[in-house]
Amino acid sequence: MTISNYHESIAVKKPRFSVKDMPSWSITLISVATLMIVWELCGPWINPLFGSYPSQIIRSFLDMMSDGMLVRAFVQSIQPFVVGYALAALAGIPIGLLLGRYRVFDAAFGIYITAGYATPSIALVPLLMIWFGLGFSVKVVIVFLMAFFPICINTTAGVKAVPKTLIEVGTAFCASQTKIMRQIVLPATLPYIMAGLRLAVGKAVIGMILAEFLTALSGLGGIIINAANSFRTAEMFVPIILVMILAVVLEKLLALLEHVVAPWQREISGDGH
Amino acid sequence: MSHVELKNVSKTFNLRSGGANIKTRALDNLSLNIERGEIVALTGPSGCGKTTALRIIMGLEEASGGMIRVAGKEINGCGLDRGMVFQHAELLPWRSAVDNIRFALEANGVAASEIAERAERFIDLVGLRHAMHHRPHQLSGGMKQRVGIARALAIDPEVLLMDEPFGALDSQTREVLQMELLDIHQRTGKTIIFVTHDLDEAVLLADRIAVMVKGRLREIIDVNIERPRNDMRAIRGSEEFARKRHLAWDALHSHPEDAVAAHGSETSDTTPLRATA
Ligand SMILES: Nc1ncnc2c1ncn2[C@@H]1O[C@H](COP(=O)(O)OP(=O)(O)OP(=O)(O)O)[C@@H](O)[C@H]1O
Ligand SMILES: [Mg+2]
Repeated sequence: MTISNYHESIAVKKPRFSVKDMPSWSITLISVATLMIVWELCGPWINPLFGSYPSQIIRSFLDMMSDGMLVRAFVQSIQPFVVGYALAALAGIPIGLLLGRYRVFDAAFGIYITAGYATPSIALVPLLMIWFGLGFSVKVVIVFLMAFFPICINTTAGVKAVPKTLIEVGTAFCASQTKIMRQIVLPATLPYIMAGLRLAVGKAVIGMILAEFLTALSGLGGIIINAANSFRTAEMFVPIILVMILAVVLEKLLALLEHVVAPWQREISGDGH
Repeated sequence: MSHVELKNVSKTFNLRSGGANIKTRALDNLSLNIERGEIVALTGPSGCGKTTALRIIMGLEEASGGMIRVAGKEINGCGLDRGMVFQHAELLPWRSAVDNIRFALEANGVAASEIAERAERFIDLVGLRHAMHHRPHQLSGGMKQRVGIARALAIDPEVLLMDEPFGALDSQTREVLQMELLDIHQRTGKTIIFVTHDLDEAVLLADRIAVMVKGRLREIIDVNIERPRNDMRAIRGSEEFARKRHLAWDALHSHPEDAVAAHGSETSDTTPLRATA
């Protein structure tokens, strides 16, 4: 066979369609769309007291949007969420760095982090209400408590996983402690910090809804409880799905951010197939 | 006064494993004086303490006993007077090749205006201008090693400590860099201590070859080949080269029974020494 023949035979052989060639996002989209269609088709058989289905939920969504109730609730929910989460990141990352880097610090304070993480935050809510009341601040504190520990613990684990040899490079070239911290430990730990921040999103969302259930009814959590109490099931699904979307979007944004701040990480590690 | 003085240096590692305390004597009363401007090759079977010796001189590891002086002063941790080339390059994975060299310069308070120019000069020196913006994982093993060499040279240390600097290179690149090292040495008169498993390399580059076995200095071999050593071909063909290579080989193999006893499980590491003979 000549070389040109060989090439022809390749050109003629049309590549068969394969799921493996599709981009990930389109597979996800098809999966979600299929679920929606199946759910919608099952709709008529669902007792409206116990469940709902997409078209009904969308109708409720539009109703709630038109009277401004949903937007108000969303804004109400997101404020303590953002403040609590930001404070958790602001405190969790530096404390995690210190715990991971300095043995004495870890020995002195590590136990509180472990204990704090192991304690279910819900158990603290009554106490927190006594301390912080029923308003904005107690919600911030609950979100903070949920988000702080995964961020802090992941950061600590990341610092401890920094190869000793890399730190020795800093030492050998006479870098100061702060320089070693900022230019070796911190970048080496970034992937762990990002993983912690992503885990914390889910936790913080739980904290947000929990706070609204258990302290003064408000925001998206408030809608859920009120709708449930009057058996408006479709209305209940709207904030639930909204919260779900919020968590997923934030998580994806952080994943994107990770590729921006730690681009080498994806290049080093193998991506899944 | 010798430039680098090791006096009865010992190092014992304590390893806790499964409740048992395992002691490894990596260096055992090692004494060695290295003159200013001298090139000394450290060689010996795997695990005989070569890396440990370099790390102690660098100040990365504390000796369990003995004394280390550099330029007459007892060392206290790391110093700008010494530059280290690591056995496995050890580049910062998030920095490009040229930025890895910059790291060393930044850490040492080189003026900002000078850093960029100097980093590029040393990238050129090891022939990596085309790959200067690659991150370490985009470089081959040999290229990484060259960045590691450039990084150590960039800080212009008086003593250059190199742990198997050319071990991972192909023979052509190795020869180019060997020549480059000889050239740098000729121009700057740096004191160089390097570890190698390659006896040819030891004889070609070094003034003296220190043969270590089990943490001890077994023998020191003087290599009387004139500098500058420009004509590698002629040197390789010389009688002195053959004789010193032979001596070094003999020193390594003079007591095969204890070499085998100490490194019984590491035959794959020690065979290259024999294969080169
Ligand atoms: N951090 C450590 N903890 C415990 N033991 C160690 C440590 N570093 C080195 N050793 C031991 O000290 C001995 C000497 O090790 P070293 O790395 O100096 O050998 P080497 O001569 O450089 O060997 P190679 O040619 O394989 O690089 C070995 O037995 C090793 O197991
Ligand atoms: Mg070694």
